[in-house]
Amino acid sequence: MEKKLPKIEIIEKYCKGCHICVEFCPKDVLEMKGFYASVKNLEACISCMQCELRCPDFAIKVITE
Amino acid sequence: MSFDYDKYLRPGKLPHIWCPGCGHGIVMKGLIRAMDTLKLKKEETAIVSGIGCASRLPGYIDCCTLHTAHGRAAAFATGVKMARPEMNVILCGGDGDGTAIGGNHFIHACRRNIDMTYIIMNNYIYGMTGGQFSPCTPTGHKASTTPYGNPDPNFDIAKLAIGAGATFVARGTAFHANQIDKLIVEAIQHKGFSVVEILDDCPTTYGRRNKYKSVIEMMNRLKDVAVPVKAAEKMTAEQLQGKVLTGVLYKEDKPEYIAEYAKVIERAKAAK
Ligand SMILES: Cc1ncc(C[n+]2csc(CCOP(=O)(O)OP(=O)(O)O)c2C)c(N)n1
Ligand code: SF4
Ligand code: SF4
Ligand code: SF4
Ligand SMILES: [Mg+2]
Repeated sequence: MEKKLPKIEIIEKYCKGCHICVEFCPKDVLEMKGFYASVKNLEACISCMQCELRCPDFAIKVITE
Repeated sequence: MSFDYDKYLRPGKLPHIWCPGCGHGIVMKGLIRAMDTLKLKKEETAIVSGIGCASRLPGYIDCCTLHTAHGRAAAFATGVKMARPEMNVILCGGDGDGTAIGGNHFIHACRRNIDMTYIIMNNYIYGMTGGQFSPCTPTGHKASTTPYGNPDPNFDIAKLAIGAGATFVARGTAFHANQIDKLIVEAIQHKGFSVVEILDDCPTTYGRRNKYKSVIEMMNRLKDVAVPVKAAEKMTAEQLQGKVLTGVLYKEDKPEYIAEYAKVIERAKAAK
């Protein structure tokens, strides 16, 4: 069965570049690109929501169906 | 679905003032999820704080909010609850606000067992004013006012709350974000004074001075020291050395202040 991938939205005007979402993603989906977090490998995402939960700044949304 | 925080946020207030990686934002999100779980109505919910970075939290949430004087959240919140007992009253603030200047108000609110929930964000420091030590700064750690190490023993907020009479006491951490809302939900549902301590991080004024290279190291420390109460039951004293228990630490049913006060009013009326 094909895995349903979420849509990951990073709101740059809120992101403060703290690295928390990148460091604690269990699947290494995210990376820092310059100052901001950014999606590196969406295919590996398991929609665990850890990045969204831990972002102190409301700057990352994991949108699942 | 992604969680819709906007429905409980005042429009146009983001980005918030907290520094990159400050855990206060993680706690605020936990509170918002808890409010949503309980379907708290904005006009029936009051969030009351003192002064400090942590105490800025109510400014962002769209409900009845009061940003009061340093250490005085419990006093103002008690006033709100006495005047409007039907309201859900939630207090929030930092370790400095709650255990130094507000320590007296804190212990007496616990003793009274008034039906309110207090979320205390413990980052072991006075963040807002540049990193002076608080009663929660661990012994030996550095603050701007203890550059050679803090000689004072620190408070254990949860133990202090239990000792003073709070009837629901829980502890979580900013790293364990998923647990924060669950603890707050239970605390709000409890009839009596509930205290939820969240071990937090202040990379700017505490982390830097205490050799944490980054906020990630501070988060990893929270991850490593936390032991859920259930897991701790199966661990030896040696294994628990240096660990901090998390989860619901204490729960008791005791007469609640608003209900007891109503009885006093009845007695006084009957005496006429
Ligand atoms: C009466 C009074 N005394 C002192 C201050 C200065 N002051 C502002 S915030 C603060 C400490 C805040 O520390 P904490 O409650 O731990 O919050 P944090 O900033 O760490 O989140 C102090 C001492 C004040 N505002 N009012
Ligand atoms: S949802 Fe989980 S797997 Fe996907 S990016 Fe976020 S933390 Fe990584
Ligand atoms: S956790 Fe949030 S603020 Fe921090 S880097 Fe990721 S998106 Fe940006
Ligand atoms: S000074 Fe510390 S407590 Fe205040 S916003 Fe910055 S990181 Fe948070
Ligand atoms: Mg503090």
